[in-house]
Amino acid sequence: MKQYDVIVVGGGHAGVEAALAAGRMGAKTGLVTFRKDDLGVMSCNPAFGGLGKGHLVREIDALDGAMGRASDYAAIQYRLLNRSKGPAVQGPRVQADRVRYRDAIRHIVAEAPNVDVIEAEVTALELEGGRVVGVRIGDDSALLAKAVVLTTGTFLGGKVFIGDRSFPAGRMGNAASTVLAQQLRGLGLPMGRLKTGTPPRLRSSSIDWDMLETQPGDDIPAYMSFLTNHTIAPQIACAITHTNPETHQIVRENLSRSAMYGGQIEGVGPRYCPSIEDKITRFADKDSHQIFLEPEGLDSDTVYPNGISTSLPAEVQEAYVRTIRGLQNVEILQPGYAIEYDYLDPRALDLSLQLSALPGLFLAGQINGTTGYEEAGAQGLVAGLNAACMAFDREPLHLSRADSYIGVMIDDLTARGVSEPYRMFTSRAEYRLSLRADNADQRLTPLGQTLGCIGDGRRVAFEEKNGRLQSARAKLTAKTFTPGQLRNAGYKISEDGTRRTALELLGLPGFGFDVLETLEPDFKTIDEDTRAQLGREMIYAAYLTRQESQIASLRADEARAIPDGIDYSAINGLSRELADKLSRSKPKSIAQAGRIDGMTPAALVLILARIQAVGRRESA
Amino acid sequence: MDTIFALASARGKSGVSVIRISGTRAHDVARAMAGSLPPLRQATLRMLRNEAGERLDSALVLTFAKGASFTGEDVAELMVHGSMATVAAVERCLAVDHGLRLAQPGEFTRRALDNGIMDLTQVEALSDLLEAETESQRRQALRILDGAIGRVVGVWRRHLVKAAALVETAIDFVEEDVGNFDTQILAELRAVEGGVQSELAGQRARERIQSGFEVALIGPVNAGKSSLLNALAGRDAAIISDVAGTTRDVLEVRMDVGGFAVTFLDTAGLRDTTEEVEAIGIARGKARAEQADLRIILHPADQPAMMIETTDRDLVVRSKADINAMPNGISAHTGQGVDRLLDQITERLSAMTARDGVTVRERHQQAMQQAATALTDAIDKIAEGDYIAELVAADIRIAINALDVLIGVVDVEDVLGDIFSSFCIGK
Ligand SMILES: Cc1cc2nc3c(=O)[nH]c(=O)nc-3n(C[C@H](O)[C@H](O)[C@H](O)COP(=O)(O)OP(=O)(O)OC[C@H]3O[C@@H](n4cnc5c(N)ncnc54)[C@H](O)[C@@H]3O)c2cc1C
Repeated sequence: MKQYDVIVVGGGHAGVEAALAAGRMGAKTGLVTFRKDDLGVMSCNPAFGGLGKGHLVREIDALDGAMGRASDYAAIQYRLLNRSKGPAVQGPRVQADRVRYRDAIRHIVAEAPNVDVIEAEVTALELEGGRVVGVRIGDDSALLAKAVVLTTGTFLGGKVFIGDRSFPAGRMGNAASTVLAQQLRGLGLPMGRLKTGTPPRLRSSSIDWDMLETQPGDDIPAYMSFLTNHTIAPQIACAITHTNPETHQIVRENLSRSAMYGGQIEGVGPRYCPSIEDKITRFADKDSHQIFLEPEGLDSDTVYPNGISTSLPAEVQEAYVRTIRGLQNVEILQPGYAIEYDYLDPRALDLSLQLSALPGLFLAGQINGTTGYEEAGAQGLVAGLNAACMAFDREPLHLSRADSYIGVMIDDLTARGVSEPYRMFTSRAEYRLSLRADNADQRLTPLGQTLGCIGDGRRVAFEEKNGRLQSARAKLTAKTFTPGQLRNAGYKISEDGTRRTALELLGLPGFGFDVLETLEPDFKTIDEDTRAQLGREMIYAAYLTRQESQIASLRADEARAIPDGIDYSAINGLSRELADKLSRSKPKSIAQAGRIDGMTPAALVLILARIQAVGRRESA
Repeated sequence: MDTIFALASARGKSGVSVIRISGTRAHDVARAMAGSLPPLRQATLRMLRNEAGERLDSALVLTFAKGASFTGEDVAELMVHGSMATVAAVERCLAVDHGLRLAQPGEFTRRALDNGIMDLTQVEALSDLLEAETESQRRQALRILDGAIGRVVGVWRRHLVKAAALVETAIDFVEEDVGNFDTQILAELRAVEGGVQSELAGQRARERIQSGFEVALIGPVNAGKSSLLNALAGRDAAIISDVAGTTRDVLEVRMDVGGFAVTFLDTAGLRDTTEEVEAIGIARGKARAEQADLRIILHPADQPAMMIETTDRDLVVRSKADINAMPNGISAHTGQGVDRLLDQITERLSAMTARDGVTVRERHQQAMQQAATALTDAIDKIAEGDYIAELVAADIRIAINALDVLIGVVDVEDVLGDIFSSFCIGK
């Protein structure tokens, strides 16, 4: 029988990052997935990044994960979303060639230290003394491990719907994971159903591209990985088209035949990624919706029509698609469909993504109620790192809302649970002015170095870049100017008598590096990247200083951990309603408890008093 | 939580003393002492006895159930005869025979807050109510006790959350061509800004209801200021306290005027002087009067020209009216016009407090000031056009946080400490 440190179940985006992360930590890792071909497969849209999601990719990259590098290898179009807004809310996004992405991931996994890929179906968790000690695979042999990471995606109890047809599947063309689903339900874990959908795939050569408006990528690409410094693949343009009243008419007439609308699906779908059925019903006054036609690859004849996911019967899909400009003669290669699957209420997890009730078991990705590759990958990374920490008997990694989007996501999931598939937005991050995509490495790479998950290549690159930043910062802070000096040099500045450092000047309107150079020629030696980085930092300088005290008190509250299994009903003075809410959402810290709806300062004081009392008793 | 008790009325000799017991054992202990308990919320006469069966006092016994009492816990109140010996005997019985604990200062209120019976502003208001000296203080405290601040802030908060949502939509959903919400965002923000500004404007007057208004008497030497002050003070019942001789330059007398707490300041007489010490006194008096809420300028009937510049804040009265028999003047000697002057003062103070605001404390003011600044920042950015959306979002967040602090949703530890330390035992 084979003994691993860490076993990862599932070779999707969560599973791959989990296995790679555990491997980087030096854990002997087994990645078990249905088919070796699963690695790097994109179930839905051929794109990575975007608003909030781009931040996640950069954070995964900062901790030396694979997603950023693989998507740069696969990128056939770069676009920085919100380019006209400030850097904190800009989201790097790429359209990715499916084949290139899969190749990149396979290559990275093959080269990875300590990771074995095992092709098999996991049919059960091996339990012993209330812990998970391994997994049972299809042929009924067991694989043992000190920690197991479960990343079953849409496969757990998965069921595909096209119109009135439905059948068990993990996604189109793949078997569902039904046996394992049964075991999990039998364990009495808090589980539920969620759903999501995907649009039909179109044959590129049957589209009349010439009549459509095209959307090219950015002239200056914003790369997904901090390690990428040039564009790797040839770049292409997408096209834009729109639905029209005729399209809507057909969809409306057939609503009752839609799986989502006909009531066949009990699971809840995401409000922000609505199907065409949803859009037409909920926004009845709009007679046109935008569709991006995104080629799935350089050599691919498949096109992904972004914006019309559906679970109508195949013939209805064909009829409405053909009403759309440019798609009059289009051929559908694979009809759109909806999928419904099991997820686990993430409030049952602790901040390391371990299931509190079943030590040794970590969960990541779609199984935790999220949607999207980036959300899955980010959780996989954290679960993999923490599984390795457990295997080595080390303290787990807990990311904070104040240091990363990953921290925000895990905090949201574990404190609030989900009522619909969870995806990242920049507005979820209250400290987003400091949690930028451009400084993810500054925020997280040092943390990764301490933990031991950063490879040599990245370490060297980061230290070099960081060195340049620090020395430029030091130069700019050392040089100061009085308003008089600036006025004499011909620049406008308020006569408040304050001496300002060159760095502070950078935060004022009208003081770019072009101006600074005229004041101090030595600044000419600062390179372009460093300049851009410092410029972005200074835009928010005034706000960041104000946030500091808030962040400090958040960190203090996060540090006040609430022990597992605290009995809220026994806290005198806590209202029944609040006690119920607390027992349900199991806050991990005072910070999380404070965000529970209806929480009062008084109640927080009571909880605080209780955990202090518990602490005293334990340390006595 | 353990069961606590304390004297809820003032300590010392009085007609009736109220001893309040709160906690899970409150009813049991009261029953043990009273033999049996009357129905909830019905005061009934009972003989109180200690464990040895000795009679302590015949008292009115009143009980409240958990969730429907002052503290949110089971509560019993014993109204005993107000002699110190009786109170001591009952207290001894509660502590020694029944093992209950004497409450810490403010502990009943703290429990009410802990049990969600009151929010933070209500607790503050209660403390004001207990200390209310005048009718206007009492009314104001009652209004806040009723949750007025929470309601006003709740409305502002809803506007701000709406504005924030619109800004965020423009940030997070650029790909969905959702349109431009600037007009709507501005409308939401301006609605709140207006509300906060008008609260702030009325704040000073409301604070004065708590701390008392200052009314300065000024006028030339021998204009009759001191005699007027004496005449006012002579209306014996009105005097609250006289902190006479606080400084040698300003004399203060605190009294109740038409339900307002008012401190009259008698400043050193104004005149041109070459004597250095006197000049300093005059300067101090002037400075103090400058900050007063109202200035009463005495223009002696026997002097023709006014030496003092006046503004509409000031009340000008002809003093020494008895000398020249002026019908509308006042005379400290005959008492003529003193009541009318008091009415005029009341009228002015009422006008100042007429705004229907709810926030009272320095803490409220700071939070609102912070919110107002953040809102102005946000509005200016949007109004200038081509703004950085995430900074507007940050401004709105700052405003929301500030208002949250106001009603005690976050960051309240220091405030709590402050409030509870200002309570006295049993209340
Ligand atoms: C129809 C459809 C529509 C979607 N629409 C969207 C969308 O609109 N927007 C969006 O952001 N995301 C969408 N996604 C979701 C996106 O694909 C997922 O969020 C992401 O892939 C989840 O990653 P994961 O690693 O959690 O799981 P997956 O990528 O699903 O990977 C799970 C892996 O686990 C393996 N596995 C499962 N069970 C077992 C087992 N018992 N034994 C061995 N191996 C097992 C599978 O073979 C698979 O490789 C959609 C997915 C589907 C299928």
